[in-house]
Amino acid sequence: MQFSKVQGKQTKHKVVLYALSTCVWCKMTKQFLKDNEVEFDYIDVDLCQEEDKQKIREHIQSKGGPLSYPTTIVDDNVVITGFRKDKLKEVLGI
Amino acid sequence: MTEITIESVRKRAEADARTYGYHLVPDPDLLQGLLEGLKVNEERYGYPSCPCRLASGKFELDRDIICPCDYRDPDVAEFGACYCRLYVSKDVYEGKQELPTVPERRPLEKQSRAYTAVSAPKETEAAKAEEKPAAPREEVKVMLETKPKLWYCKQCGYVVFRDDPPYVCPICKAKKEMFAEIKTRIDFL
Repeated sequence: MQFSKVQGKQTKHKVVLYALSTCVWCKMTKQFLKDNEVEFDYIDVDLCQEEDKQKIREHIQSKGGPLSYPTTIVDDNVVITGFRKDKLKEVLGI
Repeated sequence: MTEITIESVRKRAEADARTYGYHLVPDPDLLQGLLEGLKVNEERYGYPSCPCRLASGKFELDRDIICPCDYRDPDVAEFGACYCRLYVSKDVYEGKQELPTVPERRPLEKQSRAYTAVSAPKETEAAKAEEKPAAPREEVKVMLETKPKLWYCKQCGYVVFRDDPPYVCPICKAKKEMFAEIKTRIDFL
């Protein structure tokens, strides 16, 4: 699975973002993380191979999240569904 | 084939909003982003599936999430906006109500189609090519099947041929419960 890495100064948390390339809310989440200099890995699920889509589905569901995008998983533990500035700020401490 | 432009996508959405008494989201950047997503999906799949949902690329399986999706009417009624928030209510448009977050109403079983649908036919084709009639996995087979039926609105008589009745009748706005299946019976005398 090919994740894209966005470098940032905030490296305290491991941030993984599952997004859709067509989704405006996913774009806003990427931009929000960039603006706050949060380092994160993202993947656009709609551009993935079928096997990878399955793995992503299993990963999101194993964390108890719904299959909605954007899904941000912080430290492989906290799931944030949707572009939720308040929750991102709270969990990432920004 | 006519070229798909942001303008044509916008005009179609505006016309639909007018017809059904909705508004497009007033924030220009948000609107632009949503229309761009719809344009990409229409170019990619041949139909404008929801930019905020994962599509399978198969028309029959994605039919409920082609914009305007099946879930728009109940979502605007309940929350003031549809799932991606392209369509909003009058109150949200006029700023009397904040743009809400809208939870996914699409059943999980339908969402799951996007994660298996495309790979399944490929497997079957490969099996055919090798002349090994390997049966597709039962799970996949079930998900690929759609069983459209005839439904009619008991209030206005509107008839539709699809898997489930619509959440809201597009003609008279009656709720899903007002729909009944049309069962045909042929008697041979």
